[in-house]
Amino acid sequence: MTPKGVTLNTNSHKIKFARRFIRTLLKMRKNAPSSSSIEEIRKRSQRIKIAAYSSMAHAVGSRRAWSRAILFKLRNRARHHGMMRRRSMKKRVIKNDPPGDQSQTNKLRQLVPGGKAMDMCSLLEETAHYIRSLSTQVKVMQTIADHFSK
Amino acid sequence: MSSRRSRSRQSGGSRITDDQINDLVSKLQQLLPEIRDRRSDKVSAANVLQETCNYIRNLHREVDDLSERLSELLATTDTAQAAIIRSLLMQ
Repeated sequence: MTPKGVTLNTNSHKIKFARRFIRTLLKMRKNAPSSSSIEEIRKRSQRIKIAAYSSMAHAVGSRRAWSRAILFKLRNRARHHGMMRRRSMKKRVIKNDPPGDQSQTNKLRQLVPGGKAMDMCSLLEETAHYIRSLSTQVKVMQTIADHFSK
Repeated sequence: MSSRRSRSRQSGGSRITDDQINDLVSKLQQLLPEIRDRRSDKVSAANVLQETCNYIRNLHREVDDLSERLSELLATTDTAQAAIIRSLLMQ
């Protein structure tokens, strides 16, 4: 085990993510083995998507602001349904963005979970981490899909 | 939650400097396949941020597509294939 606080260990996140995500997939398959209507597939792909983001947030844990934001949203999902929908929440935006980049920065804030409440430095740091985690997530999902379709 | 923490870090007297921002922006640039290899003085910060947004949107789209694909595959996989996937877990 690596001590907390060291630089991002993508590999361990990758394994943790894969384990959690595959476990969820297998559970879904077991619970609904022969459901193949278009409606079912659509609903399930929504659940798979949420499972993917949630698994990654759990794999990263609560040390990152973006994963905390996802975990927080998930916890409130029972009440507010449709976690991945962007809500027009009025959150205060901390203003120390470099002038001229205003609109790009705001767009970035919309895309990074929890981004609306971050100062500029945190936003950039969290974005870098989020991108790396997202690419890992995509790679693992791709690998699983390829294995399934063999 | 997180904002409180990061703000207290700031309020310790050290204002965020342009150098810090530039440093973080070029770190971000390294992660973007489209502009990774371009010299950092040729790419503006706004440019990096724009590419970052595009890249994140692409990744989100890929997650959407893969979720759909996995959902379709889940309907057709048999137990033997599931066992293979399970064995991946053990590696």
